[in-house]
Amino acid sequence: MKLKKILPQLATLFVVVLIFGFFTMNAQLNMENRGIDFGYGFLTQESSFDVQFSLIEYSGSDSYGRAYLVGLLNTLLVSVLGIIICTIIGVIIGIARLSPNYLIRTTAAWYVEFFRNIPLLLQIFFWYYAALRALPLPQDAEAIFGASYLTIKGFYTPSLIWENLDIFIYSVIAAIVAIVFVRIHAKKLRENQGKHLPVLNISIAILFLLPLLTFLFGGVNVGYETPELKQLAKTSFKFEGGLSIPPELLSLVIALSLYTATFVAECVRAGIQGVGKGQREAAASIGLNRKQVLNLIIMPQALRIIIPPTTNQYLNLTKNSSLAAAIAYPDLVLVFAGTALMQTGKAIEIVSITMLTYLTLSLSISFFMNWYNAKIAIVEK
Amino acid sequence: MSTLNLLNPSKDNLQTNLYLGSFFVGISLLDVFLNSFLKLNITSFLPSIISIILPFLLGMFGLHLMRIEFSGIKNLDRLNKNINTNNFNAALTLLIIFLIIKAIPPVISWMILDANISGDSKDACTGSGACWTYIKVWFKRFMYGMYPNEQIWRVNLAFIFLVVLAFVGFITPQKYRNLLTLYYVVIYPIIAFILIYYLISGGEFGLEWVETGAWGGLSLTFIVSFFSLIFCFPLGMALALGRRTELPIIKYVSVGFIEFWRGVPLITVLFMSSVMFPMFLPEDFFMDKLVRVIIAISLFEAAYVAEVIRGGLQALPRGQYDAAKSLGMGYWKMHIFVILPQALKLVIPGMANTFLALVKDTPLIFVVGLAELAGMLQMAKTNPKWLGYAMEGYVFAAIIFWIICYAMSKYSYNLELKYKTDR
Repeated sequence: MKLKKILPQLATLFVVVLIFGFFTMNAQLNMENRGIDFGYGFLTQESSFDVQFSLIEYSGSDSYGRAYLVGLLNTLLVSVLGIIICTIIGVIIGIARLSPNYLIRTTAAWYVEFFRNIPLLLQIFFWYYAALRALPLPQDAEAIFGASYLTIKGFYTPSLIWENLDIFIYSVIAAIVAIVFVRIHAKKLRENQGKHLPVLNISIAILFLLPLLTFLFGGVNVGYETPELKQLAKTSFKFEGGLSIPPELLSLVIALSLYTATFVAECVRAGIQGVGKGQREAAASIGLNRKQVLNLIIMPQALRIIIPPTTNQYLNLTKNSSLAAAIAYPDLVLVFAGTALMQTGKAIEIVSITMLTYLTLSLSISFFMNWYNAKIAIVEK
Repeated sequence: MSTLNLLNPSKDNLQTNLYLGSFFVGISLLDVFLNSFLKLNITSFLPSIISIILPFLLGMFGLHLMRIEFSGIKNLDRLNKNINTNNFNAALTLLIIFLIIKAIPPVISWMILDANISGDSKDACTGSGACWTYIKVWFKRFMYGMYPNEQIWRVNLAFIFLVVLAFVGFITPQKYRNLLTLYYVVIYPIIAFILIYYLISGGEFGLEWVETGAWGGLSLTFIVSFFSLIFCFPLGMALALGRRTELPIIKYVSVGFIEFWRGVPLITVLFMSSVMFPMFLPEDFFMDKLVRVIIAISLFEAAYVAEVIRGGLQALPRGQYDAAKSLGMGYWKMHIFVILPQALKLVIPGMANTFLALVKDTPLIFVVGLAELAGMLQMAKTNPKWLGYAMEGYVFAAIIFWIICYAMSKYSYNLELKYKTDR
């Protein structure tokens, strides 16, 4: 009986060790033959390539390590923007699918069926090569709201110029901390004395008033810079100044969020449908009003169903953002596993770092989700 | 006869309200329709802003008049219940209808009325609409990649054989039904491999050898997704069982494997298969690019399949395991005859989603230089003779992929209903 348990395990272990041993041996031999040495020292070497778009200062004289950081930040930027937009669209479509209005319900259903069944890569290509290429040239672009321009070379919009930005940020953080305290206090009050504080109104007031005070007394000031049309050559024009969003980023975010929104919408729909009708009726029968039913009964239960699969979708979006490489948006894969790999030839090191980065990202999120699920799970008595 | 109250339409003035309401709605729809289809603005005598929002206001007013509860007219009640419950809903209804009416003419004129399909060069495309000539000329490339034109019959023949063989399950007599699983899981893939190896790849029986680099287009999409699908299923099943055993080493090897592949994007896996994997093989050992890609995708999807099957295994009540054990069944007997048949039935929707994701992921193989449909589009788009027709290509590919994926999802939905057993 013991043997029956040990033997398969030993066999598995043997096979795994064999495969890894075989690969390592070959890798060593191959690298020896080609004269490549293994090591991560190249990360501090000068990269000598440029990146089109980066959130931090970067030039060719910086190291490969910094190029990695540029790529990582670009990946995170796309993911965060995509997650925010896909959540907004997804929630709207998800609720629309449950609408009593037949037209809205069907339109939402067709939206989901349409965008879900076309490969994401094709959608990215479509937005980048077909849809955004149909936009006007910079010199022909018409202003949107007076100062923003949507052109073939990207989206240009006024950027804000802050004075004493740090004080403003501190005030926002202070406001958030204050709101947390108010919430804790309100909860205590409700549980001990049964009094209800208008928590939402107080929170909004704090969130607006505290940063407003910094404008009046903290020396915070905000100006803006509008994009200006500059003529480079006879027929070549360009916008300068302001905030510019390259078309790669634009099409990537549009495609990712439209695609992922379909999955988020399905999660939202399943969550709301998952709360039994009896819950709503029971809540109404003990005298809660519509808002209270939604806030105290439906949403807490629906969120418990919605959040885990939705985080999964966010994770998918982050991983799918690696398709950026297909339209030359400088994300982690393009900058690091593309350009840097071409230049250094360190295939094993670079691919392993790239994979490890994504692995860390998704494992940390899934650990957090497991913890969160355990926390909000219904405690059965 | 009570007085007509326009603010509170009631049943008392049913006919008047109904006629007035449908008149206003009709006018508003007519205005938008003429505006969009015939470029005729019947309210052009009004200031431009009023002219734009007038149909909306008229429609809202008309729907408001028609909103009469329990009118006794069946169709009116149904209309009110479905699209006209309150002002907010009425506004959304109108906006959606306007949007559809506005969107139809440009789409139809681009796709059909102003489109060109005749001729076989760019010069044939003179209209402002789509240039389907581009698709027509490139059709063979989109379907078969760079496969030599005179050899294309081989690809067709192989696919016809495969489709015919796939339908064996529907015509087998009841007597041999239990052998079907064996056929589909073992024999069919082997036949498919032999067909593709000898017929499409060639090199023997007097057939010209066509290297895998020349394969492409939609047929490559099918080949890659077909083989990945076949390999990832048994592997995923083994991993799912491995994750559920009590033997620690097997369990943790499975967990590690699954979590690793699920944590990385497919594009990096493909990068790995193309630049890193050759380093791990003996120097004189050559593995075809297509084979490496299929292995990579299979390993990647197997992790997802494993998680789906694990969901099914976990959803089975403990009683099933206990009952099987109490009948004296061992591990394998229990799983093959009791657990897996039930668990697999439960995970049909999840499996279908995973396979759909697999099909939708195949275009990614362009990163390693294999051009299936989306990759061929990229290639055709940059052809100097055919610049500027990206849109037509993407629309064409989108329609094809959409049909394939939509059909798959509908089929899985039917399968789910068919095998649904109440417990």
